[in-house]
Amino acid sequence: MSTSNKTAAKKGGVISGLLHNQICIPLAALLALVIFNLVMDPSFFEIKMGYSSAGDPVLSGYLITILDNASELVILAIGMTLVTAASGGQDISVGATIAIAGSVVLRVLCGTESRPDELQAPIFVAFLICCLVAMLFGAFNGVLVSYFNIQPMVATLILFTAGRSIAAWINNNELPIIDDAVFGYFGNFIPGIPIPTPIFIAVACMILIALTLKFTTLGLYSQAVGINPHSSRLNGIDPAKVKLITYIILGLCVAVAGFIKVSRFSTINYSVVAKDIEMDAILAVALGGNALSGGKFNMGASILGAYVIQFLTTTLYKFNVVSSALPAYKAVVVIILVVLSAPVVRQKLNEIFKKFNERKTAEKPTDGPNKGAKEAA
Amino acid sequence: MQEGAVLEMRGICKHFPGVKALQDVDFTLREGEIHALMGENGAGKSTLIKVLTGVYPKDGGQIYIAGKDAPVKISSPQDAQNIGISTVYQEITLCANLTVAENMFIGRTKGAFTKWKDINERAGRILESLQIPASPTQQLASCSIAVQQMVAIARAVDMECKILILDEPTSSLDEQEVAKLFKLMRDLKAKGVGILFVTHFLDQVYEVCDRITVLRDGKLVGEYAIENLPRVQLVSKMLGKELDDLSEIKKEGEGETVVSDGAPVLQASKLVSDAGIKPFDFAIRKGEVNGFTGLLGSGRSECVRAIFGADKVLGGQVMMDGEKVRITKPRDAMKHGIGYLPEDRKQDGIVGDLSVRDNIILAMQVMQGPMKPASRAQAEKFADEYIALLDIKTASTETPIKQLSGGNQQKVILARWLLTDPVYLILDEPTRGIDIGTKIEIQKLALKLAEEGKSVTFISSEIDEMLRTCSRLIVMRDRKVVGELTGEDLTQNKIMATIAGGE
Repeated sequence: MSTSNKTAAKKGGVISGLLHNQICIPLAALLALVIFNLVMDPSFFEIKMGYSSAGDPVLSGYLITILDNASELVILAIGMTLVTAASGGQDISVGATIAIAGSVVLRVLCGTESRPDELQAPIFVAFLICCLVAMLFGAFNGVLVSYFNIQPMVATLILFTAGRSIAAWINNNELPIIDDAVFGYFGNFIPGIPIPTPIFIAVACMILIALTLKFTTLGLYSQAVGINPHSSRLNGIDPAKVKLITYIILGLCVAVAGFIKVSRFSTINYSVVAKDIEMDAILAVALGGNALSGGKFNMGASILGAYVIQFLTTTLYKFNVVSSALPAYKAVVVIILVVLSAPVVRQKLNEIFKKFNERKTAEKPTDGPNKGAKEAA
Repeated sequence: MQEGAVLEMRGICKHFPGVKALQDVDFTLREGEIHALMGENGAGKSTLIKVLTGVYPKDGGQIYIAGKDAPVKISSPQDAQNIGISTVYQEITLCANLTVAENMFIGRTKGAFTKWKDINERAGRILESLQIPASPTQQLASCSIAVQQMVAIARAVDMECKILILDEPTSSLDEQEVAKLFKLMRDLKAKGVGILFVTHFLDQVYEVCDRITVLRDGKLVGEYAIENLPRVQLVSKMLGKELDDLSEIKKEGEGETVVSDGAPVLQASKLVSDAGIKPFDFAIRKGEVNGFTGLLGSGRSECVRAIFGADKVLGGQVMMDGEKVRITKPRDAMKHGIGYLPEDRKQDGIVGDLSVRDNIILAMQVMQGPMKPASRAQAEKFADEYIALLDIKTASTETPIKQLSGGNQQKVILARWLLTDPVYLILDEPTRGIDIGTKIEIQKLALKLAEEGKSVTFISSEIDEMLRTCSRLIVMRDRKVVGELTGEDLTQNKIMATIAGGE
């Protein structure tokens, strides 16, 4: 009897706890999308065995597509969350720096030729150099923001504007094409594994950031710096350094995302690769209920936010929304989500939920004791 | 409504999660009176004022205003302003990056077009009539905190209010400025304005107030005419217990404050920072409590900030335990076992959105290094320990620190530094804006730390507080050390004379 009461109380606590938790916003959005698709066409959730372009048996279905295509966005959302928390602003150059990162990978792999018969350098080396370059560009943004006190959006506007030109310049404005099966594994499938590789890479990044947050003070420091740089400094934290580190981490995320992107197509289109992805990444952070003005953050909520965005995009594609009209549809959904997640609205919703609960408990006592007796018996 | 009352609050209730901040509180303000609202931290003073000014919605009770029969509904600060309630808050709520005149008229100009010339002129006249040393076109941030406070009052005064609320306006003013403010308050009183005055300075209450309402733990204790309530009784009503005498603390500590003769724990010579102080010498021994005293802006805080490396150090040298050390940033000072509780709690002390727990472990965490985060259980244990030790009133360790009252926030910052087990702790105005009970606790704590062999530097604007805690006082005037007092010289008169200077 007492245990059942306890679990009941716990249950109530979990529900109200969830409502107070910021993760409830992206979760609710995800739920709404799932329900919508279930009602409209349950086949949306079907996962079948199909064949990849290489002829290997692989899993296919909208869910797989969502998980696959969201990978880059999820990885970016991780870095964007940290940058937002520590610097109270966003990096709008990530799309352009993905172009740079991708370009670097191709350049290293192709060497001096544009369509080499065999790779001029190991893929591993190309990836490392791409990481290094992307982290340098991240550091460039970070130094402008933290040491020159330039507003993040203005500081990153520089690379936002120039990034794609730099990317084109790296490869002399040519479009190198890699003809190497192994290189394609990272953006597509590894033979014998029916799940797209980007999903694994995204999961690896999530594990990595979870470990980093657990085994370093990055989380505490970046939040403290974002909330109050003055008192952080007086407590021995170097706010500029912490901000710089978050930008470098975002640079690393950009490198991984850029690597996946070029691996998907084995080539690059400087002007359209990862276009507008910065807005989706920022949106993922906002959808996760994180304040874009910095401070406290919830990494899990941001990541979930990224998946919700991809879920939405894929849903719209499925219903044959023309790709040029896609942003408009997306905007409508985003408005709803953002309004729902605004503190004012959430407070009201909480009040309504509370009243509803009170009414329910007021009605309950009549059958409560009976039920208890039954259970006891 | 009562005869002559301009404001009546009846049965006001306000709850926060886990706390009953106000329970059935009555308050009456009459025309042309200065009415002190007294109570310890967490007694509900600030909450009552915030309910009155529409910052918080009330959960129960009515508010009546002279000239209106029905209870008024105040649901926003704008509403409160419109019915003639003006407020000057304890912490400055103006916009630092706007000019003085803009701050005075923000939200009050009618229509879409603003004649800045007129506004600047009008602001200039008001500033002049109140003798506030600021120009209307000056950016507010460039004024001292005291002047900013006075601008806030000027703004409130200019709004032709019937009810003026002053929530600890004097906590950052020096004596002359307080005197000016009091003159202003008396003028307004003569004009029939009812003034609700919140302060922690008992002297000030007895200097200007006509009536006192005492709150304790969110409940009304009573309303008294000033002549019927001697100080001792007021204090005992606020604390809810009989208090022998505030000066008792020093006595129990006296005689035991043995200052060891060995090398000083810290010795600074010709230390100078970019904050505009003259080079100064300073030393503190093991088990000693000393203090910097002087008027506001005399350079007290700048000295300790230089020691802690909070400002950029330009010259001089620091020895600790006889060895030369280099302190260029707070982290260096912390490594050498120095802790610093800053003067401006809100800006430099708390990390508002973080939990009480994270605020407590912050400095310790930094000292442990970024690769060794405290586990959740460890942090929880430390937080619980210090919450119990310092009697911090918080709903849980998870509560964001900004939801705590000022005194409890200060205790959290104290806990943060105690957790680092410093050899030398600097307390810069640790008791500003907090209640008497907590003040005494903090003073006792400083003495206790010294007994345990730690060294403490204590800075306070209240001389009697310094006399109770410090065995040596360094006196500052105009950003320069002008004297050092010990032993028999430690008297109020002597200190005043040294501060004033001119022999």
